[in-house]
Amino acid sequence: MERWSRGDSVLHRRHAAVKILVALALLISIGTLTSHSALAGALYLALLVASASAARLPVFGILLGAAAVLPFAICFAAVSVLAGEPAQAVLLIVRTWLSAQVAILLIATTPMPRLIAGLEALHAPEFLLQVMQFLYRYLTVLAEEAGTMLQAGSARAGTLRTLRFREAAAMAGVLFARSYARAQAIHQAMIARGFEGRLPAIRQAPFRLADAGFGAGAVAVVIAVRAVFRWA
Amino acid sequence: MHIPDGFLSVPVWCAMDGAALPSVAYLARRVQRESSGHKVPLMGVMGAFVFAAQMINFPVGNGTSGHLVGGALLSFTLGPAPASIVMTAILITQALVFQDGGLLALGANVFNMAIAGVLAGYLPYALLRGRGAGVFLGGVLSVMVSAVFALGELILSGVPMPAMALTISLALFGASAVCEGAITLAVTKAMKRIEPGFMRRPEDIGGKRALVVALASVALAAGGVFVTSAWPDGIQKLVLHSGSSSGRTAWLTAPMADYKLRWLATPWMTKTAAGLTGILLVYVLCVAIGRALSVSRPAAGREGA
Amino acid sequence: MGMMVEVRDLVFTYEDGTQALKGIDFELEEGCTVALMGANGSGKTTFIHHLNGILRGTGSVIVDGLPVTPPNLREIRKRVGVVFQDSDNQLFMPTVLEDVAFGPLAAGKSVAEATERARAALDRAGILHQADKAPWHLSAGEKKRAALAGILATEPKLLVLDEPTTFLDPPGRRALGDLLADLPQSKILVTHDHLFARRLTEDAAFFEEGTIAARGPIAEIVQRFGW
Repeated sequence: MERWSRGDSVLHRRHAAVKILVALALLISIGTLTSHSALAGALYLALLVASASAARLPVFGILLGAAAVLPFAICFAAVSVLAGEPAQAVLLIVRTWLSAQVAILLIATTPMPRLIAGLEALHAPEFLLQVMQFLYRYLTVLAEEAGTMLQAGSARAGTLRTLRFREAAAMAGVLFARSYARAQAIHQAMIARGFEGRLPAIRQAPFRLADAGFGAGAVAVVIAVRAVFRWA
Repeated sequence: MHIPDGFLSVPVWCAMDGAALPSVAYLARRVQRESSGHKVPLMGVMGAFVFAAQMINFPVGNGTSGHLVGGALLSFTLGPAPASIVMTAILITQALVFQDGGLLALGANVFNMAIAGVLAGYLPYALLRGRGAGVFLGGVLSVMVSAVFALGELILSGVPMPAMALTISLALFGASAVCEGAITLAVTKAMKRIEPGFMRRPEDIGGKRALVVALASVALAAGGVFVTSAWPDGIQKLVLHSGSSSGRTAWLTAPMADYKLRWLATPWMTKTAAGLTGILLVYVLCVAIGRALSVSRPAAGREGA
Repeated sequence: MGMMVEVRDLVFTYEDGTQALKGIDFELEEGCTVALMGANGSGKTTFIHHLNGILRGTGSVIVDGLPVTPPNLREIRKRVGVVFQDSDNQLFMPTVLEDVAFGPLAAGKSVAEATERARAALDRAGILHQADKAPWHLSAGEKKRAALAGILATEPKLLVLDEPTTFLDPPGRRALGDLLADLPQSKILVTHDHLFARRLTEDAAFFEEGTIAARGPIAEIVQRFGW
């Protein structure tokens, strides 16, 4: 997914804030699909597939990735069917699958730092976004540490269940201690370079005419599709 | 427990986004005011820690294993407000990077886990002054309360949930809640052996008052779910009656009539409205508890000086 | 040539009671380089944390003519650049360029100027082509150079490097040695790798249990203490 987001295409180049808004518009209209607008759902699927290829992403990969949410949806759909409402079941599956695709499209065309910048442009709390920046920065570092610990642990694994529980807890404890120490070291490094409490502002990409055009156009299409099928 | 997109109905996710957004903004401003940017690296790294810690499997018998959810642990070590922000950062990252949970549903997931769950997890810890039982109960409640809210939102959205399914769901959540309690307790014990100072000393709260409010809100949350699922017609009758006697239902239908959107006055809407009022009430109580618990302390930062 | 660093009778005790420094006297002339050697836990890292005010003990610490006291910290931190052992803890921004620009920005430079300085520093360190990468995409050697660039961007007068060759393979070590040899600043190298140190200086101070047991040519110290 990270690899996909580093690609280049018409969609990749659009401003993150616009993409987020378009995604939200799509999600809202997909989320309000009822049985009468089943055809609209099919049209959205076509739209999403088209967008995926425009973004030079593997279409099948996206459909499959979105299918990860299906087991959850199928459970509830089954309950619906048993309760005598098969139409609701189908709707649920269609809505969740399509929504997942929208999310993947957004993420696969926008690397995390740009997503964060997009959220900042949409006035999300800067403090929260800065925490997210640090979280994302150290995700792989800590995951690697945990991975190394797990490998070492499994090399010495005990056979008793209770022993393994305590071992897991000890591992988590050590991981916590190391993470805490790392956070202190990072803070020291920041202070050593003159940090006094204000982090640098999140870098913003320039907002271009193409972005405005894309945003307006996409939202217009979304509304048009629903409007057409409401009165068809 | 992350709700994907496509499940929640418009009023529900709107209401939850409406509840979550200002709360997160308020909490973010509050933590920033108390610590400037100095807490950011710690909070970010702790968020990454939760992700990494979830790679560790805790065997819980019968070949199944659980992992640390982390909301309670974060609140014991960072304090409830920073823990909420970190959990929010975690949830957004999970939605954006791992497609775990929906984007429209983020408000609901953030409310359930980062706000209600964190607060519910912190309460027993604070009330029991950091003893082991408080840690365990904190873990249990953080998961249980999040689950109850999630189920409630699903039910209110019209996702079919017969009594049997509800019971099974609650039982499964109950089991994972107990797991979280046990795991959190075990991990905090391991941490204490390394360095006793990791856990915050819980602030003194006005014991009985907070306890009553806390119990009441949890009871309301649990009760609310059962009531709306078991007696939807009853709720509808209740609201329609009070509405017709004081003209409140008229308020619902009158403007709508002009736009010929009578579907808004259907039983579905009144049931949803009733449920949402319940959630709103619990939310207000959560805020009240939060205020009662919080003592605005200036950060004792070792700013390297 | 003035004194870059003058330390007199520095004593420091940690919160848990461990006395990490038991009276350090130390001097470094401007433009000179010294290697700090000694066993783990002998106080080397604790000592260098006093040079930019991260830790404060009793005694006198004067860097570039300024006593290391709270009113001077902001200025001192511009003049002293510390490269920590774990580059991951030092490259804390989302991209290399943003990280290297952190120092100048914190010093009050405008975004444009900070970016320019950052690019110049990255170029100096030979990794300008990695400017927009996330830190985890860099090799250990590149990360170390990025960390060094981050320090150079603030144009310090004293460079302090804590175990710089950890995580580096022989080519990486050589490249770092070449880069450092070219820099005119005064340097303090905390290192176990005396061969690396000898590329840059003959002067070493040997730490032992919180004191400096000896100061002199590296070869002598290595022989005397069996390093």
